[in-house]
Amino acid sequence: MMHSPDTDTDTPTTDAAASASTTAPTARAAAGAKGRAAASAPRMKRTLIGGLALVVLLAVLPLLAIDIPGVLPGPTYTPGTLQLLAYAMLIAALSLSYRMMFGLAGLLSFGHALFFAAGAYGLGMTLEAFAPVAWPSELVFVVSILVSLAFGLVLAATVGALALRVTGISFAMVTLAFAQAGSVIIRRNPGGATGGDEGLSLDIANVPGALVGVLNTRNLYWVALGVLVFVYLVVLWVEKSRAGHVAEATRENELRVRVIGIRPYTVKLLIFIVASVLAAVAGMGYLLLQSGASPRVATADFTLTLLVIVVLGGVGYRWGAIVGGIVYTLLDQRLTALAGSDFIAGLPAVLRVPLSEPLFILGTLFILVVLFLPGGIAGIPQRIRSGRTQHPVEAEEATDA
Amino acid sequence: MSTLLLLVITGLGLGALYFLVASGLSLIYGLMGVLNFAHGSFLTISAFLGWEVGRRVSDGTWWGLAISALVGIAVGAIVAALTEYLLIRRLYERHIEQALVTVGLSLATVALFEGIWGTDPIYTEKPDWLGQTTEILGAKIPNDRFLLIACALLVLGGIVLFLRRTRYGLIIRAGVENRSMVTALGIDVRRSFTLVFAIGGAAAGLGGVLASVYYGYVSAHLGSTLLIFAFIVTVIGGLGSLTGAAIASVLVAVLQQFANFYLGGTGDLVVVVALAAVLLVRPRGLMGKVA
Repeated sequence: MMHSPDTDTDTPTTDAAASASTTAPTARAAAGAKGRAAASAPRMKRTLIGGLALVVLLAVLPLLAIDIPGVLPGPTYTPGTLQLLAYAMLIAALSLSYRMMFGLAGLLSFGHALFFAAGAYGLGMTLEAFAPVAWPSELVFVVSILVSLAFGLVLAATVGALALRVTGISFAMVTLAFAQAGSVIIRRNPGGATGGDEGLSLDIANVPGALVGVLNTRNLYWVALGVLVFVYLVVLWVEKSRAGHVAEATRENELRVRVIGIRPYTVKLLIFIVASVLAAVAGMGYLLLQSGASPRVATADFTLTLLVIVVLGGVGYRWGAIVGGIVYTLLDQRLTALAGSDFIAGLPAVLRVPLSEPLFILGTLFILVVLFLPGGIAGIPQRIRSGRTQHPVEAEEATDA
Repeated sequence: MSTLLLLVITGLGLGALYFLVASGLSLIYGLMGVLNFAHGSFLTISAFLGWEVGRRVSDGTWWGLAISALVGIAVGAIVAALTEYLLIRRLYERHIEQALVTVGLSLATVALFEGIWGTDPIYTEKPDWLGQTTEILGAKIPNDRFLLIACALLVLGGIVLFLRRTRYGLIIRAGVENRSMVTALGIDVRRSFTLVFAIGGAAAGLGGVLASVYYGYVSAHLGSTLLIFAFIVTVIGGLGSLTGAAIASVLVAVLQQFANFYLGGTGDLVVVVALAAVLLVRPRGLMGKVA
């Protein structure tokens, strides 16, 4: 009885205590973030301005004639180059969503391609299904996008709810199983809906004219840029939210999060769904850009490619995924061009065979990065600055963006 | 009845292939916690080199096949041991990175194989008897199924004997059970890591040569196709359990054959559903130890 006033005053604080210790596993990161936020407000401002300038630069790129020989196939206003850049940005957006799942929440999924394919095929199939409807075509387009988004959401919620019942390698395997099932269904071509091995071609009857045709590649480029910025902002928002912190804490020490009284399942499911829907958004952009979808984007190999991109760019860094996505796509494209060049054809077989296989070079590069450059490309500046050969993320927590 | 028997024996033959791949995967995961994505590449390189040597010695005879098999086993063991020694060993205790390295290796090697041997399947010759059928209870069973089943049984028996009767087998079993304890007792577990990789590689190598007999061709994607099913088998059987892998490979392959026949070619889909169901009901697999 003597204690009753005490307990009364205690009760409201329990919540605050709990939330304070929630961040305990990531205490260093959180404290660091706060410290940085307070101490380096000008730096944050600079980052913001830098980011804005970069987006503006990318946005005006189609109006300029910048030529980087060896990296881009032509000047930046040509459709071929814009197509490549737009594709690279969509892959970057997709990698960003994958990084949120793998890097932030520590969920190693082998089924992320399923949701990219769900966006691409979902939009393509709804557009085809709505083609006979006598609505105005803009309305049909918007409704199709909403329907495919809803499809992606339901799919993500179902797969996530089931797969997250197990953890670790088993989780990876369940997601792989679902993705494999999706891939098999797409290849089977049920009722002629997915086009099987041939792929699905975009039904342009209800697609706005500004997004169709080689001449309008510029508009598609801006759409891709929009998708990338949108995905980045959502990822940023989620990462800075309470849910993001809990997800990060769960990655570090799930038991501790449970003990505090938070259910990691809900948060992980939330992250899984958001990442998957973002992948579906990127998938829709891909369908419009390529005016079709190929069954390759649903395979396990495609998810492995994403994993390669994220690790290549640097798991600990948000913009690592973007850098990785763009570098990978450009490398893949340029290496393919290189493989067909006369220079390679003139080499002796010992050198010619490996060099004419872009995936061989990328795979080798990837192994070297994992072995010798654990921070990825995005970790290089940090490495040089600190002069350490240690893993920069392990050394002093992710100094993210 | 004859259809049923044919499906079961074909399923057993396919299950034998799955087991040859899955046994190595399961042992490697059980002892070292490495999910080895490069295992399919061990299989493919063995199949290619076995075929290259076999056809030069004497194509389409038992001699040629025996030499192919020996070459396949040797190549698989050597390549796997080298992989462990050069790549995996540098990253001990960092399981994600180890898996990533094997992912990179599998991407690179598949591309390399495509560069060397082309993207199209290369059809292989086999001894006449293997191309014929034997009639059992009215079912015409292709003879190569018997060879596959016999080889898988030999490998299973061999590995079980090795694990139970030899000192190294004892260390490996103890290592799967509790690695830190074995290390604490002053035994260098790392040597047995290379050994386990070599054994798994040898089984996969034999599997590669047999797969080229079963499918009638070799191709750069032979390993990756089998690897996905081997993963499924390993997980259903329980990671780290050899018996589990054996039982699961038979279950998965027979189920696949039945679904392909009775449910209009949905074998792959059914297997995947089975995996999801098993994991959700019993996350550690049929015979896996409690995590």
